[in-house]
Amino acid sequence: MLIEIGSLTLMGVTLGGLLGAASRLLAVEGNPIEAELQALLPGSQCGQCGYVGCGQAAAALARGEAHVTLCTPGGRSVAEALAKQLGVTVDLSGHEDKEPQYAVIVEDLCIGCTRCIRECSVDAIFGATKQMHTVLVEACHACGKCVDACPTEAIEMTPEPLTLRTWHWPKPQPLH
Amino acid sequence: MKRLHAVRGGVHPDYRKELASERSIVPLPMPAMLYIPLQQHVGAPAEVLVAAGDHVRKGQMIARSAGTVSAPQHAPTSGLIRAVTEITAPHASGLAQATIVLEPDGLDEWTDLPPPIDDPFAVDPQLIRERVAQAGVVGMGGAVFPAAVKLNLGTQYKVDVLVVNGAECEPYVSCDDRVMREHADEVIDGARITAHVLGASRVIVGIERNKPQAIAAMTRAASPFANVEVVAVPAQYPMGYAHELILAVTGRETPAGKRTAEVGVVAYNVGTVRAVHQAVRLGRPLVSRVVTVSGAAVREPANVEVPIGTRVADLVAFCGGFTVSPARLVIGGPMMGQPLPDLDVPVVKGTAAILGLVASEINAEPESPCIRCGSCISACPCGLVPIEMVAYIRKDDFKSAARLGVEDCIGCGSCSWVCPSHIPLVQYFNYANGMLSAQERERRRNERTRMLVEAHNLRVEKAAAAKKAAQAARKSRPETTAQGPSSG
Repeated sequence: MLIEIGSLTLMGVTLGGLLGAASRLLAVEGNPIEAELQALLPGSQCGQCGYVGCGQAAAALARGEAHVTLCTPGGRSVAEALAKQLGVTVDLSGHEDKEPQYAVIVEDLCIGCTRCIRECSVDAIFGATKQMHTVLVEACHACGKCVDACPTEAIEMTPEPLTLRTWHWPKPQPLH
Repeated sequence: MKRLHAVRGGVHPDYRKELASERSIVPLPMPAMLYIPLQQHVGAPAEVLVAAGDHVRKGQMIARSAGTVSAPQHAPTSGLIRAVTEITAPHASGLAQATIVLEPDGLDEWTDLPPPIDDPFAVDPQLIRERVAQAGVVGMGGAVFPAAVKLNLGTQYKVDVLVVNGAECEPYVSCDDRVMREHADEVIDGARITAHVLGASRVIVGIERNKPQAIAAMTRAASPFANVEVVAVPAQYPMGYAHELILAVTGRETPAGKRTAEVGVVAYNVGTVRAVHQAVRLGRPLVSRVVTVSGAAVREPANVEVPIGTRVADLVAFCGGFTVSPARLVIGGPMMGQPLPDLDVPVVKGTAAILGLVASEINAEPESPCIRCGSCISACPCGLVPIEMVAYIRKDDFKSAARLGVEDCIGCGSCSWVCPSHIPLVQYFNYANGMLSAQERERRRNERTRMLVEAHNLRVEKAAAAKKAAQAARKSRPETTAQGPSSG
């Protein structure tokens, strides 16, 4: 009886110790490129790129499975930063920039369920249970997660209006 | 004769100033309605102080300065505030901006103005800075930078020269020429006050050689003052660009992306120093300006003293309207001005000219391929290489264009003007700079989003931890109470 217990204990301790040591000594570090790429992404986990979150998108980029223009809310500046980090050249002349948007809550339809508030990763929605909610336009980065979360379809994405500050000259018509 | 320093680049367009330059400044009869935009300057828009139905008097502040770089607006005449609403801005975009609508009552009755400063050279410079800020004076050469903010440069940098910009290098425009001919004493006085506040020991007035009467009048007005010098500079566009004029008259070159104050010089337009004179000596805010109305389509080209907020249509009607429908309407000079969508926009503090140009006066030639002649490189006053930059911008590679210095482009249009293939070079640079600043805004926005996400995650974590702690406390409470009150 004692021998059985003793031998099993010994085996357990030895093998456990070996496994523990191996996990320390032979540890595989996370792909450092992934971490670098993830730092360039907005980090709002909106999922518009088709991946679950920014971490998975960064992993796909590091594996070379995704294109640098995958991040919609990040736009051109993120695409350029990613291209630079990955050392690839990217021709953005054909890249259609999505016009800047923000979410708007239609007040008549809002039932105050707070589901959008829980969904918002930048705390841009303001409100309380059974109280009407509203979006802080300056904080919203148009990930659109709240649109899907809303049970009454009370949230719409609206393009940001052009102002004298944001307007600039368009590209001259190219040579024909 | 003062030795002038060579400047880089430049072109010699047909000046056509004679259309309006011999017409004395005439005051515009008060229009039926005035539209005063809240933003007529670089920086934050002014904050409205009036509401529809208020009665205001001439010179009364109707919108106050909001922030460190901003300027107030004043009522250009006495009358009734009709509304504060969105009105089309005098801007190529045709977008609207917040504007105060004032219906003049015809009395043109001044409000109680601050007392004149009798001896501006004896008072604290800070007092004059405040007076200029209160008067809403902005750069009237076109940059519309708040004049009072620039007056502070003397405290941050060692400024020894004030350059008064009377170059007026844009074709057609003659408002500064007329101001110098007719109000030389006011300009010189304003310049001396400005120099005093800046701590500059010398004043140099730079005027292009094609304005001999202005040079004569200004030299006469400057003669009693040993430290004020009037210098004739070559008539060469864009001599009126501050960096270029400063280089020509002082030999000091401003480094790229730096202020002229870093080389000890500050430049003011002649109209601006005249406005400083009026603010200090008369206590008057900036409520009107001289505007040149010219171009072959205008029946009677003129230089008009216009109340700020006058509709361009009223101003053109005063000049006899158009003889033919203009092929292009321009606000400002033909080189750097902006095309106007229509006449239903107000004259603002930075409006130097309204031009109605006919087809023969504009370049409507179709673009043809680049022949690599290099004319644009010799014409660029900033020492840039337009031919290379445009190749990148065609491919929307703004980073490479920025590396070549597109952000230093002042948009003078010399390259487009000189190009034998009629390539819209400066238009490409304006587009690139617009895109670069949009990208910069986007980058800042992404940065802020990242910060907000971090704050959100922290908050969620904290909330979860608090919930857990509360649960733990609830669980442990029955036991502790059972054991005794001492541990509760």
